[in-house]
Amino acid sequence: MAIRRVGILGAGKVGIVLAGLALAAGYEVRISGSDSVEKIALTIKTLVPGAIASENTEVVANSDVVILAIPLSRYKNIDPTLLQGKLVIDAMNYWWETDGIREEVLDPTTTSSEQVQAYFKGATIVKTFNHMGYHNLQEEARPKGDAKRKALFVTGDDHDAVDQVAAFVDSMGFDTVVHYQMADGIMTEPGSPLFGASLRHDELKHTIDHFDQTDFGKQIADRMH
Amino acid sequence: MVDIEHLEFGLETFGDIVANEDGSLKTAAESIRQIVREGQMADELGLSVMGVGEHHRPDYSVSSPETVLAAIASVTKNIKLATAVTVLSSDDPVRVYERFATLDALSNGRAQVMLGRGSFTESFPLFGYDLTDYDDLFNEKLALYDQLRTEKPVTWSGKFRAALQDQEVYPKTEKGALETYIGIGGSPESIIRAVKFGYKVIIAIIGGQADRFKPYIDLYHAAAEQLGKPEFPIAVHSHGFIADDEDEAIEVAFKNIKANFDRIGLTRGWAPMSREQFDGETKVGSFYVGNPETVAQRMARTIDLLDLGRFDIVYGAGNQTAAQRERMIELYGTKVVPRVKEILAEKAATK
Ligand SMILES: NC(=O)c1ccc[n+]([C@@H]2O[C@H](COP(=O)([O-])OP(=O)(O)OC[C@H]3O[C@@H](n4cnc5c(N)ncnc54)[C@H](OP(=O)(O)O)[C@@H]3O)[C@@H](O)[C@H]2O)c1
Repeated sequence: MAIRRVGILGAGKVGIVLAGLALAAGYEVRISGSDSVEKIALTIKTLVPGAIASENTEVVANSDVVILAIPLSRYKNIDPTLLQGKLVIDAMNYWWETDGIREEVLDPTTTSSEQVQAYFKGATIVKTFNHMGYHNLQEEARPKGDAKRKALFVTGDDHDAVDQVAAFVDSMGFDTVVHYQMADGIMTEPGSPLFGASLRHDELKHTIDHFDQTDFGKQIADRMH
Repeated sequence: MVDIEHLEFGLETFGDIVANEDGSLKTAAESIRQIVREGQMADELGLSVMGVGEHHRPDYSVSSPETVLAAIASVTKNIKLATAVTVLSSDDPVRVYERFATLDALSNGRAQVMLGRGSFTESFPLFGYDLTDYDDLFNEKLALYDQLRTEKPVTWSGKFRAALQDQEVYPKTEKGALETYIGIGGSPESIIRAVKFGYKVIIAIIGGQADRFKPYIDLYHAAAEQLGKPEFPIAVHSHGFIADDEDEAIEVAFKNIKANFDRIGLTRGWAPMSREQFDGETKVGSFYVGNPETVAQRMARTIDLLDLGRFDIVYGAGNQTAAQRERMIELYGTKVVPRVKEILAEKAATK
C-alpha cells in the first residue's frame, strides 16, 4: 500500500518537525497531543499550517503510517489495540532526564523498540528518525542526490515494512541505511556514536558496518555475555 | 520593527570554571569572584543585564546565583541582575520569592527573575524530586510563584509543597512586583504556558539556525492575542565568544564550547560535536563567534529577523582564562553593541 496519509502521535519538538517535512513532501498530515485538539490547535495552525490537529484515535484511523513521537515513558498510556494492524514508526528514545531512571522505564536486557513492539503486538514497528536531533531533522532534509544529504538508520523485523518506511524516509529528505532486525535499533540508542550525530550515507554506513568496533558496540557485546 | 533605542544587551554565565594561563583550573571560589568582577565590568560598559546560572555539578561554580548577584549588586549601579535560569521545578517558590525580593532591595530594584525548567536535572535528586514529575512540578510551582508575585496574602495547596493559608511573604518590593521572565527551549507548549502567565519570554537558542524560531515567535503573538494577554518584545540567549582576531576566536571557542557540550552530551549518550557541526553553528547557527564585526553582523541579523527586544550572549563556556573572558566582555561592550545598533539603524533606514 502506498503511503499517502501520515499520522503523528506527539505534537512536541520532533512531532512538529516531522509534520513540517511530511507536508513539504506532499503528504496529508494529522497530528495529536496527549490531550484535546483545542490544546494544540493554535500551535499546529501557526507552526505547521496545513497539518490537521486531531486526537489519537482519529489520527490512527486516517493514516497509512503512524509515527510515535512521544516520550518513551508515555507510550503505555496508549491502548495497545489502537495500533492494531498499522504500520508504525518508532521515533522514540530513552532520555533519562525526562523519562526517569531506566530500570523503571525499560527492561535493561532488551532494546527500547523491541519493548515497544512487544507492547503494540498487532502493529508492525519500524525504528527510524530517532537518532538525529530535531533541529537537524528540520534543517538537513534535502532532495535526493544533493551532495550534502544526510542519512538515517531504518530497522525492523518485517522486511516489507522496513522497505516501505525506508522509501518514506527518502521522500522526507534523507538517505537511508537499512537493517532487517529490530534488535539492531540499539546501534542508534543513547550512548552510541550515532545518537545525536548527523552523518552522510557513507559515514553512517561505515559506523553501522563496523559497529562492533565502536566503544559502545563493545559495551553492548559485553552486556550480552 | 526593532526598537533600537530600547534594545537590551545582556551577558550571561553558567558559572564555568575559569582556567589559569598554564591551563590548570582555578578553584570554584576563584571562579565565583571572577564573575563578580565581570559583572562590575559589564555595568561599567553600560550593558543591560548580567545573568548567572544555577547548577549543582563539579564543572560549574555557582549553585546559589542570587548570592553572587547580591555581591554584584553592591559594586554596580544600573545593570539588571538575573538568574539564568532559576530551576523552579526543584526549588520552593516561597524561597525564590524571598531571595529575589531581598536581591531587589539590595540592588535598588534591579532584580530579574528568570524561571525555567533548566537544561540540567541534577537538582531533582539533590532536593528529593522525581524526574518523572518533570512537567507537573514546573506547572504547580509556577502557579504558586505567580500568586506570590502579587505580594498579597496567598492561599494555596498542591502536591509538592505544604499548603499556605492566607500567608504573607516578606520582604515586599518597592515596585510591588518582581520583573519575571520564563526561559524556554524549543517546545511550543512552553510558549503557550508563558503567554498564559503573562510573563516575558527569553528563548534559549543553543543549536541550529535562529530562523527556525520565527514561527515560534509568531505563535507567541498569536497566543497572546487569542488569550487576551500582554505581549512583550522577545529576548534570546545564545552562546558566543569574541576576540580581536577571527581565527583565534574560532579556535578558542571550538576547544571550549565543544568540551562543554561533549561533557554534557556524555551524560545523555549524545555523540560528541564534530567540527562540521561546530562550523555550521558559527556560520549560520546559534554560536556567535568571531571578531567584533562578525559577531555584530550575525547578532544584528538575528535581532532583525526575530524582531527581538533583547539579546544575551552566554559567555565563558568551557574553561577560558580570565583574560579571554574579560577581553570578550570589553569587546562586546565597546565594539559589538554599538556596531549592532549601527547595522540595525542602517537596515531600518533602507526599509
Ligand atoms: N528532541 C529530539 O531532538 C529528538 C530527536 C529524535 C527523537 N526524539 C524522541 O522523540 C520523542 C518526542 O520527543 P520530543 O523532544 O518531541 O518531546 P516533547 O517536545 O516533550 O513532545 C512530546 C509530545 O508527546 C505528546 N504526548 C505525550 N503523551 C502522549 C500520548 N499518550 N498521546 C499523544 N501524544 C502524547 C506530548 O503532548 P502533551 O504536551 O499534551 O503531553 C508532546 O506533544 C521522544 O521519545 C524522544 O526521545 C527526540
